[in-house]
Amino acid sequence: MATAAAPAGSNYLTNGSSVASWLLTKDHKRIALLYLLSVTFFFFIGGVFALLIRLELLTPQGDLLQADTYNKVFTMHGQIMVFFFLIPVVPAVLGNFLVPLMIGAKDLAFPRINLLSWYLYIVAGILMLWTLALGGVDTGWTFYTPLSSQFSRTNVVLAAVAIFINGFSSIFTGLNFIVTIHRMRAPGMTWSRLPLFVWAHYATSVIMVLGTPVVAITLLLVAFERLLHLGIFDPALGGDPLLFQHLFWFYSHPAVYIMILPSMGIISELIACFSRKRIFGYSAVALSSIGIAVIGFLVWAHHMFVAGISVYAALVFSFLTYFVGVPSAIKVFNWTATMYKGAVTLTTPMIYAIGFLGLFTIGGLTGLFLAAIGLDVHVTDTYFVVAHFHYVMVGGVVMGYLGGIHFWWPKITGRMYPEFWGKLAAMLGFVGFNLTFFPQFIVGYLGMPRRYWMYAPEFQVWNVLSTAGATVLAVGYLMPLIYLGWSLRYGEKVGDNPWGAVGLEWMTSSPPPTENFLEIPVVTWEAYDYEHIKEVPVVY
Amino acid sequence: MSTSETAGSHDLALRHQFVDSEQQRDASSMGMWLFLVTEVMFFGGMFTAYLIYRHANPAAFMAGSLALSVQYGAFNTVVLIGSSLTMALGVRCAQLGQRKALVGWLIATILLGATFLGVKAVEYTEKWENHHVPGPTFNFDTTKEPSTKDHPEAQAPSKSVEMYFSLYFAMTGMHALHMIIGIGLMSVLAWLSWKGMFGRDYYAPIEYAGLYWHFVDLVWIYLFPLLYLIGRRHNF
Repeated sequence: MATAAAPAGSNYLTNGSSVASWLLTKDHKRIALLYLLSVTFFFFIGGVFALLIRLELLTPQGDLLQADTYNKVFTMHGQIMVFFFLIPVVPAVLGNFLVPLMIGAKDLAFPRINLLSWYLYIVAGILMLWTLALGGVDTGWTFYTPLSSQFSRTNVVLAAVAIFINGFSSIFTGLNFIVTIHRMRAPGMTWSRLPLFVWAHYATSVIMVLGTPVVAITLLLVAFERLLHLGIFDPALGGDPLLFQHLFWFYSHPAVYIMILPSMGIISELIACFSRKRIFGYSAVALSSIGIAVIGFLVWAHHMFVAGISVYAALVFSFLTYFVGVPSAIKVFNWTATMYKGAVTLTTPMIYAIGFLGLFTIGGLTGLFLAAIGLDVHVTDTYFVVAHFHYVMVGGVVMGYLGGIHFWWPKITGRMYPEFWGKLAAMLGFVGFNLTFFPQFIVGYLGMPRRYWMYAPEFQVWNVLSTAGATVLAVGYLMPLIYLGWSLRYGEKVGDNPWGAVGLEWMTSSPPPTENFLEIPVVTWEAYDYEHIKEVPVVY
Repeated sequence: MSTSETAGSHDLALRHQFVDSEQQRDASSMGMWLFLVTEVMFFGGMFTAYLIYRHANPAAFMAGSLALSVQYGAFNTVVLIGSSLTMALGVRCAQLGQRKALVGWLIATILLGATFLGVKAVEYTEKWENHHVPGPTFNFDTTKEPSTKDHPEAQAPSKSVEMYFSLYFAMTGMHALHMIIGIGLMSVLAWLSWKGMFGRDYYAPIEYAGLYWHFVDLVWIYLFPLLYLIGRRHNF
């Protein structure tokens, strides 16, 4: 159904204001905003659980929470943050908004399926909240069998069904992106001219499409075991808990790349724009996204070095895990080289991008520590691992996401955020993050295990530091919520392209019209050609 | 997927996001094939479990296999391959714009699919009556079961055979669920075809539903030998 002709001068925000015009919209930009509201909601739900964890760990005794409650709190923190925030956050919000704009398309290839994705996410989210209301789940976000299939007395099936449904939301988003990027590019928008943000989303989508069905059937089999006694993972029938772990991590390790790759795409855009330079090594950065997606599928068993897999298998997975560090390093080096001799301006998005470089580098390098089998045996299931993946998944993903939200805020809303508060929030986030998680590397290396509500008294000083950092971090995350909300009404109205950025999304008005471009653009220039493009006309 | 993307009968039904109908055709065809890729991965998890457990317990899998009815399985295989034929003929009629024949072939496909499910229901019932359904009532003593007592190479603990049947029900159950969805899809399409929704210039939903049907058929082509045939060599 063709979109109703928009009145002249209207944009996607003003084209219809009824509830139905939002809840039944097929406009990728409006669906992105629906996602923005819902993932933000779940981010703060997950954040409340994070604060509960940090408060409990302020003292060595179990005083705020007891063991059973604590198990549920860290499980719900993990499940909500991983499945309802980190996985959808960048693709479903910024990817949804920007991929069609960046390639010069009027919408995604399947707008109704895009809307269906959001509804699946909402249904899954409601089931997750229902799980919470019924008392939560205590298996850890990993659902390891036989704890999840036989011994847990909590609502495992409900949580598994929620994540199963949420998986289809993710699959449909990925499928939509792949088809859109293949089939909907504007004339002249060749693969070698694609923005790196789009390359990153392409790689992410491949993982979503290939990986998510596997975790879907795995969780379904756990539910079958609980409900129907089909004991696929039941050790009494010869079922192998290791098989569950293999199937689970076959998705859940690449899922880390579902989270980080889109954020890396954002960083490429930010660094090129605020260094006023073409990205150094464009093809290397583009192909490294694909490299991460491919190799990322072959490293999953590094989560299982102490689980009883063979030493030879562990050696191979250890080697491959080092190997996946190569494309990630290529990106970091190329971003740094882009900034070298560039005209760097330290706006809020750029501060987030530089923060990302620092945090992701620490997260990535400690990943290499964990790839070493000998060291991994020592730090498995300690806070070292917790610190490592938070550096990647929070320090990396969330810094990139917030940088992107600030960068494209004038595109999305037509108004600028307050720069002073933006910079302050970015720097508070960086400091708070390091204060929260760096002590966890140390206390983990000293031997503090994860997932316990009590700990030995000598670890307290590190935990106090960490909890103090978490409060700073919380302020750093709450501030954008307040000033971005404020800017919706009071923010300065800026022009169509306040950054002077190149890229098709800036060549249409801000906010864009419902059909994105009044006429289909024809691309005749390379991506990020800041050296040659001095003036970016709003022509389409 | 594409069934909801239908609009008017002889109008080319070009969606607003596409530049022309060729782009629309390419996009929806690619979307359908990608969806089938996700289905392959979905069933792939269970096939992996099957391979690993079969490798660990060959005798138990032989015992479970012997307890299945090859007659039912073979009959159903023929029925499903036949339904793929009727489906393909339906797509052909859609392309030629033969409305009544299209509806006829779609109904034939639905009936063959229903036959398959009916036979499956009979099989499941027999398994239930023989206590071959996993759970507290499961009972399979390979030394006493008529199908396995004369096969020394198919002697295994009851618990291991229960694993075989867990996989049998998970795999055939998910396959049957896909058949039920397919029959629902075909029923809607048959109704829309009867109303003249499809013709020479617009038959994509029939084509993509056909791809789905062939995929589900293909899953069975793998399930039949893996579950029914391998390990029975002494029985023939």
